[in-house]
Amino acid sequence: MSKNLLPVTPEVNMPVTPTINQTGKKGKQPKRSPGEKNGWQRLKNQKALLLMSLPFVIWLIVFRYLPVLGWTMAFQDYQPQNSFFEQSWVGLKHFRDLFNEPTFYRALENTIGMGILGLVFGTLAAITFALLLNEMRFTKLKKLTQTISYLPHFVSWVIVANIVTTMLSISGPVNNLLTSIGLVDSPINFMARPGMFWGVVTAAEVWKSTGWNAIIYFAAMAGTDPQLYEAAKVDGASRWRQMWHITLPSIRPVIIVLLILNIGNLINIGFEKQMLLGNNIVSERALVIDLYALNYGIGMFRYSFGTAIGIFKSVISVILIVVANSVAKKVGEGRVF
Amino acid sequence: MKKRRITVFDIVLLILMIGVIIVTLYPFLNILAISLNDATDTARGGLHIYPRQFTWANYQEIFGGRNNLWSAFGMSVLRTVVGTVTGIIASTMLAYTLSRRDFIFNVPISIILVITMFVSGGLIPEYMLIRELGLMNNFLVYILPLLLSAFNVIVIRSFMDGIPIALTESAKMDGANDFTIFWKIIIPLSLPVVATISLFLAVQQWNSWFDTYLYARGNANLSTLQFELMKILDNTNIQSGDVTSANAEIIAGQTNPQSIQMAITIIATVPILLVYPFLQRYFVTGLTLGAVKT
Repeated sequence: MSKNLLPVTPEVNMPVTPTINQTGKKGKQPKRSPGEKNGWQRLKNQKALLLMSLPFVIWLIVFRYLPVLGWTMAFQDYQPQNSFFEQSWVGLKHFRDLFNEPTFYRALENTIGMGILGLVFGTLAAITFALLLNEMRFTKLKKLTQTISYLPHFVSWVIVANIVTTMLSISGPVNNLLTSIGLVDSPINFMARPGMFWGVVTAAEVWKSTGWNAIIYFAAMAGTDPQLYEAAKVDGASRWRQMWHITLPSIRPVIIVLLILNIGNLINIGFEKQMLLGNNIVSERALVIDLYALNYGIGMFRYSFGTAIGIFKSVISVILIVVANSVAKKVGEGRVF
Repeated sequence: MKKRRITVFDIVLLILMIGVIIVTLYPFLNILAISLNDATDTARGGLHIYPRQFTWANYQEIFGGRNNLWSAFGMSVLRTVVGTVTGIIASTMLAYTLSRRDFIFNVPISIILVITMFVSGGLIPEYMLIRELGLMNNFLVYILPLLLSAFNVIVIRSFMDGIPIALTESAKMDGANDFTIFWKIIIPLSLPVVATISLFLAVQQWNSWFDTYLYARGNANLSTLQFELMKILDNTNIQSGDVTSANAEIIAGQTNPQSIQMAITIIATVPILLVYPFLQRYFVTGLTLGAVKT
């Protein structure tokens, strides 16, 4: 059984270099070629490079930096028809409004609820799947399973929402199965039960991303020292114990790093699933922060209020990642920063 | 590794993995079966992975009916093609200038780029920007905001860093300018990463629906397949919630909305299946490369 089953083709063996940190340091290339005495001369020689990068720098500033400047809207009573200097500044008024609104707390609860469910079950499912796949003996079937498992990752949430509603409909396969094995007496209308909405979203999430998320754990498992398994076998450890005592601990650093990153994103669960799977009946449980910002900020033209929601989300996200990181540091595990 | 005998453990694993395959594929096959089955017959229920009364009627309705989806299909293809081509040109160009360590603005541009990975303005400011730029209900709203992603640029640059400098140096000796080097040497040598990123861009473009919903709802010509599907889903959601909607769009003639919905789902899925073998071949490298960076 080959441990290294990832379909990494030789020609795409990209050099793995810590690029981000490298920018400030000297590269392998000479800083300047001979004959280029001063900056102006260099600039003239690099006309083409400048032309090839400048448009995209402008793009970055317009599409990525200008929206950040838009955060000022949260501290104004923003009126689209007025210019920046004609806006009236209101300080933290919109944040106070936000914290006084019960709907906001419901949105927060739904976001964190679905975020935690997704994090817990998503991580468990991915690790379990990677562990089991790693233990598979039948190589061809192993590859086939892996290939099929990440197919749902590439289809859009619109399609997944279609699939989920079809599968869970009253006369759909899931209800047929449940009634035929006698688990329930009458079909359940999953999509119209507010109490089930978090579960439906989590199930959809697990179905869509388990195969994809497992790749990274699976890749980490391939790096486990085979000698450890040999030694365990000599000691008479069963396959189950090998999984539990060798494979799982060997990928612990990966698990911790991904957990920290995912906790930072707990509040950034987006709105696609909730928007596509939700309906009027379950809206109470489907309203997440992004949808709230969308409904109020754009739907009701309360731009400043919507921006304040966005800022709140960013702040929470930063706090979460810092806390998760320092907790991991305290308990002596690997950390991201 | 020497062969060991098959144990109960292996059989359990085998069954579990076959279970995973079934759970993943059954929904797709079920929907395919419904889309190819007679609508009235489907209503009887009990349809699994093959059609009982085979018919093309649902697909004929989509492409031949009064409210046909040719325009939405064409728009999906157009935005995918244009978005992928412009996206890959932009990403490779910027990546190349950043892979040139002697480039005078290398460091500042790298910093400007990397910061965008961590800071984002959020939904409302981006919406206001698109409005201010006059991109509402404009085809460019599909192309411009998705032109670059810092992650893609960094992946491409990492690949270009691995191209031997001697090649570009010798071309320079022969009098090639930087653009010629980029186009004639760097791009041909970077084809694996260009292919990977192009596929990702294409999948992203094909799957987008929210930009249509938010920015291009006012222009029916800009509707895409995913958006049409989303609208139908929205209507069925309302119905499944037992709220009778008077304005539910009925595209159906002989067939029924559910079967049509399944047929559109299949049409929106097939292109992904077509590029899947290629995606599958390349993407793991991209993913693990990104993972090492974090």
